[in-house]
Amino acid sequence: MGDDVAIVGIGIHPFGRHEGVTGLDMAVHATRAALADAGIAWSDIGFAAGGSDSAGNADTTVAQLGLTGVPFINVKNGCATGGSALTTAHAMLVAESADLALVVGFDKHPRGAFDPRPEDWGIGGWYGETGLMLTTQFFGMKIQRYLAEHDIDASVLSKVAAKAFRNGSLNPSAWRRTPLSEEQIAGSTMINHPLTQFMFCSPGEGAVALVLARGDRARALRADPIYLRSVAFKTRRFGTFEVFSPSIPVESAPPPTAEAARAAFEEAGIEPSDVDVAQLQDTEAGAELMHLAETGLCAHGDQEGLIREGATEIGGSIPVNTDGGCIANGEPIGASGLRQVHEVVLQLRGAAGGRQVPGSPKVGFTHVYGAPGVSACTVLTR
Amino acid sequence: MTETTTGMRPIADGLFELVEGEPVLVGSRCASCGTVAFPFQQSCPRCTSEDVERHLLARSGTLWTWTTQGFRPKSPPYTGPEDFAPYGVGYVELGGEIRVEGVLTEADPERLAIGMPMRLVSLTVPVADGELRATYAFAPVGDEA
Repeated sequence: MGDDVAIVGIGIHPFGRHEGVTGLDMAVHATRAALADAGIAWSDIGFAAGGSDSAGNADTTVAQLGLTGVPFINVKNGCATGGSALTTAHAMLVAESADLALVVGFDKHPRGAFDPRPEDWGIGGWYGETGLMLTTQFFGMKIQRYLAEHDIDASVLSKVAAKAFRNGSLNPSAWRRTPLSEEQIAGSTMINHPLTQFMFCSPGEGAVALVLARGDRARALRADPIYLRSVAFKTRRFGTFEVFSPSIPVESAPPPTAEAARAAFEEAGIEPSDVDVAQLQDTEAGAELMHLAETGLCAHGDQEGLIREGATEIGGSIPVNTDGGCIANGEPIGASGLRQVHEVVLQLRGAAGGRQVPGSPKVGFTHVYGAPGVSACTVLTR
Repeated sequence: MTETTTGMRPIADGLFELVEGEPVLVGSRCASCGTVAFPFQQSCPRCTSEDVERHLLARSGTLWTWTTQGFRPKSPPYTGPEDFAPYGVGYVELGGEIRVEGVLTEADPERLAIGMPMRLVSLTVPVADGELRATYAFAPVGDEA
């Protein structure tokens, strides 16, 4: 049943900063591009889901796309917004509630770090007043512990970020398209030790849309549908280390990333070792390194060797974040998860241009992670 | 930020209390499975039992992980001084039963290391209306600054 749903259309509004263009405008742009790529009209869509974190309601786009009466579910689920919309659309197609579905994710954030309110996350105001309400601190502390536990040298973090900018320079839709040297990255302002400014992504803007079809319909629409073999979405269990935690237990449990990845691989009947191209949440360079192992793509502690030998480069054995990831594309929360799927579809179609993974990749994997401990993963195949 | 021990109104009710002039964090302990949580919560995050009791946490422990905060967080929610100085943040494992996050009195990466002994202190910090409040922080043991 794994080939029941396929992606037959993709569309993107370039990421970055777009003065005078609203998030909803970008969502409409991406949706029209995805419909054109699929060769269908908006009126063909039987179900839609989508959302943003801070740029409005996705279903508002029908005012521009057409008032067709389509059931359109708005999703607002942090970094898992795109994954949640995709999960919903996938389930609706598997349930035969529709033949064609549209998924859209978009966002437009102000400059600078995110400034969430502690009260919205079930924490007292004191947490924010005293300067603890920052996602970036969590990433600094998680990688600090991880590097020590697995005896990994922090200098590898600059290598991860340099790859992101290098890949971004090959991606016309990316925000940061200028390669940076490892020295420039390591020498930039220290944000949250051991993470420097250029190791982090920045909140940004962008939109991505996907057209999904049931398998029979997909094959009628195009010769190269990309099958969505699984999509899995998990929240945290007791014992994991997550963003915005005034305390954590001594007892430990697998992180939501590990659980979502395992569920996605099991549902797809595909092993992590089969993956030819992967997009991993790289809120900062350490996240990509940790998520490589949490998703099962390598063993804990093996990352430093793999990264130093070039395994995660476009021409390596397990190319990661071939479009430059969050570091080069920025983080429009609602759009990032679908950007990863967009990139994998391009790679599996063999249409990724200057950043195409060689050897006709067959299996792709995507992963997002976010506050307060959510993860969504997909497995895609030709 | 100035370290203080007495006389200052706490930044939040129920977060910590003073015992013989020294701050002690107030958590909860599950009567069913023994799990300790902080801040105090009405049900157990592990087994969901609502039979929880107030539990004072150990006053010292070891640094489990740490980072530094290199830029001034946005206000709101941050109410610290406009004249920003980087500060340390970490999780300290207390009594082998919980790891608590807090501001560190040390911000120099050269003087912070996983596993180093830490103790609970109180700090005076500004809040939104410019008034001062007492909060908790962790200081390296032997560092009386």
